[in-house]
Amino acid sequence: MASIQIEKLEKSYGHVSVLHGVDLDIADGEFIVLVGPSGCGKSTLLRMIAGLEDVSSGEIRIAGNRVNDLHPKDRDIAMVFQSYALYPHMTVAQNMSYSLRLRNIAKDTIGSAVAAAASKLGLDPLLERRPKALSGGQRQRVAMGRAIVRQPKAFLFDEPLSNLDARLREQMRAEIKKMHGDLKATSIYVTHDQIEAMTLADRIVAMHGGVVQQIGSPLELYDRPANLFVAGFIGSPGMNFLAATYAGGSVRLADGTLVALETVPALADGESVTLGIRPEHVVIANDGSGMRAAVELVEPTGFGIILHLSLHGLPFKIFTLDREALNSGKEIGVRFPAQYLHLFGTDEQRIA
Amino acid sequence: MKRSVLPTIAHRLAILCYIAFALFPLFWLLKVSVTPNDLLYSEGVRLWPSRTTWDHYAFVLQHSAFPTFFKNSVIVAASTAVVVTICASLSGYALSRFSFRAKYLIVALMLLTQMFPLVMLVAPIFKILSPLGLTNSLTGLVIVYTAFNVPFATFLMQSFFDGIPKDLEEAAMIDGATKFIAFRQIILPLTLPGIAATLGFVFTAAWSELLFALMLINGNSAATFPVGLLTFVSKFSVDFGQMMAAGVMALIPAALFFLLIQRYLVQGLTAGAVKG
Ligand SMILES: Nc1ncnc2c1ncn2[C@@H]1O[C@H](COP(=O)(O)OP(=O)(O)O)[C@@H](O)[C@H]1O
Ligand SMILES: [Mg+2]
Repeated sequence: MASIQIEKLEKSYGHVSVLHGVDLDIADGEFIVLVGPSGCGKSTLLRMIAGLEDVSSGEIRIAGNRVNDLHPKDRDIAMVFQSYALYPHMTVAQNMSYSLRLRNIAKDTIGSAVAAAASKLGLDPLLERRPKALSGGQRQRVAMGRAIVRQPKAFLFDEPLSNLDARLREQMRAEIKKMHGDLKATSIYVTHDQIEAMTLADRIVAMHGGVVQQIGSPLELYDRPANLFVAGFIGSPGMNFLAATYAGGSVRLADGTLVALETVPALADGESVTLGIRPEHVVIANDGSGMRAAVELVEPTGFGIILHLSLHGLPFKIFTLDREALNSGKEIGVRFPAQYLHLFGTDEQRIA
Repeated sequence: MKRSVLPTIAHRLAILCYIAFALFPLFWLLKVSVTPNDLLYSEGVRLWPSRTTWDHYAFVLQHSAFPTFFKNSVIVAASTAVVVTICASLSGYALSRFSFRAKYLIVALMLLTQMFPLVMLVAPIFKILSPLGLTNSLTGLVIVYTAFNVPFATFLMQSFFDGIPKDLEEAAMIDGATKFIAFRQIILPLTLPGIAATLGFVFTAAWSELLFALMLINGNSAATFPVGLLTFVSKFSVDFGQMMAAGVMALIPAALFFLLIQRYLVQGLTAGAVKG
């Protein structure tokens, strides 16, 4: 196990710049999740750490040693690919033992390492099968098994669950979390699934367009998103945004309604801001108080209910656990509790 | 009922016609090879002679230089196939996986070599090989055949390498393999169908090559079998029976060779590599 430092890391393919100076400090044993929309450079960053892509500029250190020019085999890391990348001409056992065999480790040591990993993942009955005789979920487990047979300095995962169905994904997510609890291995996990990110991460790295937007614990990103991108990306359904202007301790919405803020930000009256509030934090005011919003669509999810509204002509969502919402009429009243408001400036950065 | 039977019959019939059409020359080869000389012109055109004989085979094996031709052909075709396949595997892998500066120039040059009619090249190649003592030698033939077959075989192998997910060798490298070990232990075994196809293709091409064999070789000792066949053509007559008998025997190694590799030709070895 080891720490990983990434400093001013940049990557470009020809004239196309993909990563624009990424800085990241990963502690020994930490579980880091890289999230961001497709194409934001998550895989590229991961593959650079693995040594599969050259570094354009900047530095990567594993356990304090600069590895920029080190071949992947000498970096002592393990990786689970999105495609699993199992060796089709080898059995499950051979797939799992390949890395150990390459290191000329004694046969019985290999045998016990494979047996231990296989029993941890429930692969014992499958050891003699070829990958083509396995289901998607089993292949995924073999890919995991191949990573955990040895004790590498770090585990890298590139969207390992994205090819599984929802139920299996949930199950593997829990197993990965449990395994990390056991192994305490430094892990970097790429996903575009924010539930995976929230549940697995010690710290989340939110990326967008090759730039790190925010690094923090899952709840930090949820409670205090650093900018509009993170605010909109983390959480489901996504945060509501309303254009507003600052007016002495409150903000004035498009229709003139004043919404009180919890703290007083350093803003001049009349400055444009964006007000954000999560659908689950909006309060339904059935007593006639609050803003009026037209109900356009009601989506029961079983657990809760998503109301699609139109507020001042703009789409607006509410998530509520109150079954009463199913019977909302054409219009409801909504209130924004001050402690749940997020305020962003014209530069899209968080103000309060 | 009727509607489902009719297309099936038509389908089978079409396949039958195709097979008959494709195999008819072979059948004719066999037929002539077992027809006694006295019946060859006297019976008119018929599908099978009234009397058959193995005499032509016996004569070819015992009284002609055919065994030498045969041996030479096996040596030349097999060596060419092996050498070309090794070269093409390495170069095809390079074209498939690496990006290097002169890549497109090299590809263009290789395509260019495929555009010349070979006849144009006979004289210069003779000029090159003769001072090196490589005319009238099997080695010379292997070199020439290799040169002519490598470009196409390279493209063939490249397409097979392109079909193997890059993830596999990346996984191998992360598992601790060098690029070369990943190539040998992961990629190469998965390319067996491609290697079999390339071997087969080059083997047949070298086995039946006539032009260079005729131009670069004189005398029987280094002649290959296509050249040897021509020895059955004399100034005054063609000994069809013996020629066909030799032809039938020449088919055997090619047929055996394909029997040997067909298992790899049809196998989808990469199944199960990625998600699915
Ligand atoms: N080999 C390449 N050549 C050029 N551009 C590439 C290459 N690989 C990736 N990219 C670009 O880099 C960006 C980031 O890709 P990637 O890291 O795979 O994104 P993510 O994994 O976050 O979806 C994408 O816009 C992609 O088009
Ligand atoms: Mg990706």
